[in-house]
Amino acid sequence: MASSIATRSTAGADLPPPLKESGQREVFCGLTSIVWLHRRMPDAFFLVVGSRTCAHLIQSAAGVMIFAEPRFGTAILGERDLAGLADANEELDRLVAQLLERRPEIRTLFLVGSCPSEVIKLDLAKAAERLNRQHAGRVMVLNYSGSGIETTFTQGEDGALQALIPLMPASSAQQLLIVGTLADAVEDRLISLFHKLGIERVASLPPRRSTELPAVGPGTKLLLAQPFLSGTARALVDRGAELIRAPYPFGVEGSRDWMAEAAAAFGISPERIAEVLDPLVERGQRALAPHRQTLAGKKLFLLPDSQLEIPLARFLSRECGMELVEVGTPYLDRQLMAEELALLPAGTQLSEGQHVDNQLLRVHAARPDLVVCGLGLANPLEAEGMATKWSIELVFSPIHGIDQAADLAELFARPLRRRAALSFA
Amino acid sequence: MELTLWTYEGPPHVGAMRIAASMEGVHYVLHAPQGDTYADLLFTMIERRDKRPPVTYTTFQARDLGGDTAELVKRSIADAVARFQPEALLVGESCTAELIQDQPGALAAGMDLGGIPMVNLELPAYSKKENWGAAETFYQLVRGLLKAQIPAPGTPKPDPARWRAEGRRPRLNLLGPSLLGFRCRDDVREITQLLASYGIDVAVVAPLGARPADLQRIPSADANVCLYPELAGTLCSWLERQFGMACVRTVPIGIGATVGFLREVHHLLDLALPAELQPGSDGICEAERRSRLPWYSRSVDSTYLTGKRVFVFGDATHAIAAARIASRELGFQVVGLGSYSREQARELRAAAAELGLEALISDDYLAVEAAIAEAAPELVLGTQMERHSAKRLGIPCAVISTPLHVQDVPARYAPQMGFEGANVIFDSWVHPLMMGLEEHLIGMFRHDFEFVDGHRSHLGDGAPVAAPAPGPAEATAAPATAGVGLSWSPEGEAELAKIPFFVRGKVRKNTETYARERGVAVIDSEALYEAKAHFSR
Repeated sequence: MASSIATRSTAGADLPPPLKESGQREVFCGLTSIVWLHRRMPDAFFLVVGSRTCAHLIQSAAGVMIFAEPRFGTAILGERDLAGLADANEELDRLVAQLLERRPEIRTLFLVGSCPSEVIKLDLAKAAERLNRQHAGRVMVLNYSGSGIETTFTQGEDGALQALIPLMPASSAQQLLIVGTLADAVEDRLISLFHKLGIERVASLPPRRSTELPAVGPGTKLLLAQPFLSGTARALVDRGAELIRAPYPFGVEGSRDWMAEAAAAFGISPERIAEVLDPLVERGQRALAPHRQTLAGKKLFLLPDSQLEIPLARFLSRECGMELVEVGTPYLDRQLMAEELALLPAGTQLSEGQHVDNQLLRVHAARPDLVVCGLGLANPLEAEGMATKWSIELVFSPIHGIDQAADLAELFARPLRRRAALSFA
Repeated sequence: MELTLWTYEGPPHVGAMRIAASMEGVHYVLHAPQGDTYADLLFTMIERRDKRPPVTYTTFQARDLGGDTAELVKRSIADAVARFQPEALLVGESCTAELIQDQPGALAAGMDLGGIPMVNLELPAYSKKENWGAAETFYQLVRGLLKAQIPAPGTPKPDPARWRAEGRRPRLNLLGPSLLGFRCRDDVREITQLLASYGIDVAVVAPLGARPADLQRIPSADANVCLYPELAGTLCSWLERQFGMACVRTVPIGIGATVGFLREVHHLLDLALPAELQPGSDGICEAERRSRLPWYSRSVDSTYLTGKRVFVFGDATHAIAAARIASRELGFQVVGLGSYSREQARELRAAAAELGLEALISDDYLAVEAAIAEAAPELVLGTQMERHSAKRLGIPCAVISTPLHVQDVPARYAPQMGFEGANVIFDSWVHPLMMGLEEHLIGMFRHDFEFVDGHRSHLGDGAPVAAPAPGPAEATAAPATAGVGLSWSPEGEAELAKIPFFVRGKVRKNTETYARERGVAVIDSEALYEAKAHFSR
């Protein structure tokens, strides 16, 4: 397996240079990731320090307002805070005290920076330090930025996890650390498979309870479950962890390779790996087959949004037979994407960044069968006769692992099946 | 700084987007970071619009801040004008851009835009909200487009009855309907048809569906109808001042208001009042028969609606209308009235005072939820947020106002205004109550063998069978536990369980208050009846 890493890192040479786009971006900001992070860690609260726009964004992106009291909120800056009439720091302290009194179950409080708080240079790191002193022993206060001038969409999770890393205890015990939010059921399944492969200690970041942080150190082998955690990966490597290079666990192939690379890193024999994973691969491919029938030969255009675009394109072309028209990504981290880029079909056109109007012109010209895009663009494209898949659904759905490969394919096949199923004449 | 979990209104630039997106031929260049593009989904998902809102965002990033963001603004404006060729351009900024002070409007004013009218929008993001932003944008846009037409000072006011001398039918403008407004699409159709049935034309509907050139025709009408004061109030007042245009202020939601609206229109236009709009000797105005609401409300089946306790919350226009319909036209008892529209607080307070209530002016949905729990209504008429609060409290609810949810844009024709609007209101307010009654009957018969205990219909898991499960939200909402030093005897609990579920919470609370005041430690059935007698006085 080690040799395949070497071949892969040199591959990707068959890809034309990515289009570097600069213009209007149609992407959520990093605050959006609060929507899945708060579900992962029910004992944490995410307090955005920002404007009414931030509050409106999160409630609109979350879609429905179903929570009695959500575990996120916004400290909305008012004119008095900006004019200096009220010391923003004192105001923040007051709000946090009020919040903690109301929500005694909160164990970790994330102060989340926004565009306005960054621009007025409100120092949330200092605020977190101060609040930690005020509420010592009661709650841990952390900070990170989810601002749209610095982060896109899923990068918010990268920021939140980096805020947790300094609190992780040190240990040199041998362990596998899975990094990136997974649905609980998927996580359980993957951990039991790793146990079956022979990896004894498996931990996750973020954990299900914010106070039960995994340890990290020289014995830690780090496996990324999400492709958008560049900063987190680097910070964990700085703490002594070793990054396992693998494709991401989307689809049968990606998930198999992901697990196999992890197993290999723990010295598990290829025979044992095959013994455990081959039946799963066989079953996964069987489950995938009907969706492949729907998707094969169909043209796919991915607009940059969730940062999952490259792994998804790899899965949809290699395992589902789709033709890639263009694979957009908000930013290209060649290091973390090396294994994925190597698997893309020769000639795949990538684009990095965005100029949404120009990109839509290319969409119109190519007339793809399926467009992966954000919520703002989906219905207009549907109205023009193109099927769409909202990228935000991909960060909410359990899509990781061999057993979920068919479900993942189904997410893309459904819009096509639906269009075929409807008739009104 | 203010802690917000959910908000009733977005920021003011979203209000400006509503105006731009409602119209044709208008483009809005918004100096804003990339995250602000979320607002597109309000239109494409909630309103199911089949096109992108006409907004170009500059999407500046942190690395641009060191450089020249002003240059980025100018490039975005030039690109947008070239690409979309708008008939009018709005230029403004969102909360973050306001802080970096590039003054995009001033930059646009210095550019050659090929003669396109440009409106510089200055919407203070840290003190104002969505509806204000929409009203201000609508006003600024119309003012900009009508600048050349403003009559010289001293020009006599145009006579609203001049249609007669000009030998044409009278005509009115319908001002205020917009995207993300509550049922505006259908209200416009209903009111247009209603006016047509009295021989009155509609000149301009704006902003919904209007082009800039249509806005320039506004003064050609005999008067304006301020259909949604939240959006059109500022503009209508300006048109009154500058153009001397009379304005119809009655909002035709409900039978009384619809008839009142028609009378006001006829009076203003100097039209003879048709017999059907005059009250008959039996007090019934013939026109009201155009709706089923009056008869349905008088019919014997509706007797059970009498005195139903109703809590009303929404934008000011819909809340005031709902309170009036509830109290006068359905015979409910309004036990709470509130709004998040601070700009219309005065009107709301007046409406509440008429009902002997103190208005709740708040944009804190938790305060509203607490007020609902306190008032223990049998029906909530509110926004989507009150729908969730009501669900938690196990109270039926109908939605009467924005903020808009995809459910509030129904496929069918479902206006709120006019006679058909009254039909829609009757159905949508009474049906949840019928279900509530069904719950009650199921509760009453729950000992019959046909019913399994806990059988509920629509309220489902939201309806508490006994005390709601204690959760963080219940702390203020439903104090179901007796508290320190106070307990219920099994016999007292059994008696309490016989009380219909929708008043049980209130009875429990009153009894406990009474017991605490009297120093009763254990509440039995006697204490319960003592308390009942005490509170019924």
